[in-house]
Amino acid sequence: MSKTVNLKIDGVNVEVPEGYTILDAAYKAGIKIPTLCYMKDLNAIGACRLCLVEVEGARSYLAACVTTVSEGMVVNTNTPALRKSRQKTLELILSNHRTDCLSCARNTNCELQTLCHENNVDMDRFGRSNLEPDIDDSAVHLIRDNSKCILCRRCVAACSVNQHVAVIGPTKRGYDTHIGSAFGDPLDATSCIHCGQCIVVCPVGALTEKDESEQVWAALADPTKHVIAAPAPSVRVQLGECFGMPIGTNVHGKLPAALRRMGFDSIFDVDTAADLTIMEEGTELLDRINNGGVLPLITSCSPGWIKFCEYYFPEFIPNLSSCKSPQQMMGSVSKTYFAEKQGIDPKDIFVVSIMPCTAKKFEKTRAGQSASGYPDIDAVLTTRELANMIKRANIIFDKLPDEDFDPVFGMASGAAHIFGATGGVMEAALRTVSEILTGDDAPKIDFSEVRGTKGIKEAEYDLAGIKVKVAVTSGLENAHQLLTMIKNGEKEYHFIEVMACPGGCVNGGGQPIQPSFVTNNLNLRHTRAMGLYNQDAGMQLRKSIDNPVMNELYDTYFGKPGSHKAHEILHTTYVEREIY
Amino acid sequence: MKNTVVVPYTGTPEQENELKEWLIENKDMQGLTMPALQKAQEIFGYLPRAAQTIISEHTGVSLEELYGIATFYSMFRLYPVGDYKISVCMGTACYVKNSQNILDKLEVLLKIKEGETTPDGKFSLESCRCIGACGLAPVIMINEDVYGRLTGDELEGILAKY
Repeated sequence: MSKTVNLKIDGVNVEVPEGYTILDAAYKAGIKIPTLCYMKDLNAIGACRLCLVEVEGARSYLAACVTTVSEGMVVNTNTPALRKSRQKTLELILSNHRTDCLSCARNTNCELQTLCHENNVDMDRFGRSNLEPDIDDSAVHLIRDNSKCILCRRCVAACSVNQHVAVIGPTKRGYDTHIGSAFGDPLDATSCIHCGQCIVVCPVGALTEKDESEQVWAALADPTKHVIAAPAPSVRVQLGECFGMPIGTNVHGKLPAALRRMGFDSIFDVDTAADLTIMEEGTELLDRINNGGVLPLITSCSPGWIKFCEYYFPEFIPNLSSCKSPQQMMGSVSKTYFAEKQGIDPKDIFVVSIMPCTAKKFEKTRAGQSASGYPDIDAVLTTRELANMIKRANIIFDKLPDEDFDPVFGMASGAAHIFGATGGVMEAALRTVSEILTGDDAPKIDFSEVRGTKGIKEAEYDLAGIKVKVAVTSGLENAHQLLTMIKNGEKEYHFIEVMACPGGCVNGGGQPIQPSFVTNNLNLRHTRAMGLYNQDAGMQLRKSIDNPVMNELYDTYFGKPGSHKAHEILHTTYVEREIY
Repeated sequence: MKNTVVVPYTGTPEQENELKEWLIENKDMQGLTMPALQKAQEIFGYLPRAAQTIISEHTGVSLEELYGIATFYSMFRLYPVGDYKISVCMGTACYVKNSQNILDKLEVLLKIKEGETTPDGKFSLESCRCIGACGLAPVIMINEDVYGRLTGDELEGILAKY
């Protein structure tokens, strides 16, 4: 038993483990101390001064997010002076914040707005700011508007602490302080990997994805275009959050129903392409193991990870699976196999992928991603952009019936669904690879060692006498540590799954933004991932290799996994990039 | 907040090697970042991008973080000192005599911002605190020359002398 500490907060006696902050102790006592810059396990710097509390005997107010509890402490969080202090702090922040709330992407989902509302703030107390937009829209995936930035540094922490990229940071001092890149360079000139983790931690509208919804509306209105919608695995357990549903709700049936009503001509499931990825990647793994290929094989589904590898670990490029990501496979088979089958010219097909990810907006622009001669993917929407489009289409989401995806690419295995969580790609691959190796059509299904939100997971499996050592990691700081250990010869594996975002796609940069009060007190990654694992557990079809769509595709089109044709359409190459 | 001017890099391979050697010698030093930036400024006279990149490569500290430090502390320079260093006094007496106006005018005339250097390397512009000539407020210094009781109109003529 670890030691505990007794203290009193707002008259409530509370006992918490030693080392707790006042903020966490208050939460346990049912008290919500307001915060703005604080993010659990990421950014505890006591900068915003909203969580100030009165500690009896202390000389000044203390920041609850960085002050640890001590025995007998008496804390007040709700005195008239503290309420006044919070109000003034918010009014000062507002005086230097461009308040175009009505047209701001974060309107109604802005932590500053909520706090101002809750604290009865006077917007005019220090005069309204007359700030002009201060925009960097150089990168393919996001727009930074520093006139809305409140300098909480949450994005800086996400970029450096979680992602090991560190291309943004505070620059200059005092009034001139702003978040930017070295030498005032535009983000596009840096080694940004487009993961979008900065966007999902931003409490205000200073960081938003580059919205592609207008292009999609235009395509939908164009009668000459066959517009295909293709949502990724994790989108179905997240989209509901945008419509007030509990976190982790699976809307697998409502998702195609909404897309159909918006006017998409075909509604395909990227999960089907995830099964295709497993067929190709599993074959690649077996080939490398049997024929002395470069090992460990490392997954290539996460475009943020791919770009990180190209910048920071180019020596591992030969280890990357040559398979395109499920998004790109979806686009390439839509414009080749599907186009031929339906007799549609691929130039008239417009593929819209719906992704948990902002790096997918970059991935679609990469070289070698146009199997049909036209780009595999035409537009990438994040889960958030899709939610906004559904609202604009006047659809009452929670009243939608459950419908199916369209045939051809509408059926997927449980293995494909779990692609959206860290460990999911690994588990999906192991299910199919173990069937191929053992020849047993009812092999091991649950590889629970690779599940969960731990930063680095390891396991060793015996598949028909072949020992396969695997590792799974998410968050690029973790990936950095894992690859460094491999480089130094401390670790050896056959197969590694890397996802750029901590927790995998369920915590991707394109997912619905939950306020820090939620993320600080709930294991968001786990709750969202459970929506996927529960769906998988309830299915008959749990292995990619059993998906009838795969039989059809390989029998009539590709021949076999890893065939010449499969390589032309489903595989790609990578480039070494110079660190900025 | 973008930087407005680009001054050609004036560093030499010898200077770069000196910095690299120092970084290798001191690689085990705790809190290496600040001394490394100071050393680089001592070698180059300012902190060019090349020097910060070398420090980043040797210490693993990101270029952005180094740049953040270099722009936070006023002792670090991001531009080489010009042949003529213009210091605008922003001490109390000069400030109340509207030296901000003098600084603004110089920024317009030289087409650079405070802390920067003209691309030809001739003038660098910075503000300073009291230079002890309060009776002449507002005051500027150009190298060792002092100009006082300025209204702003005479600045163009003053610059033309150099």
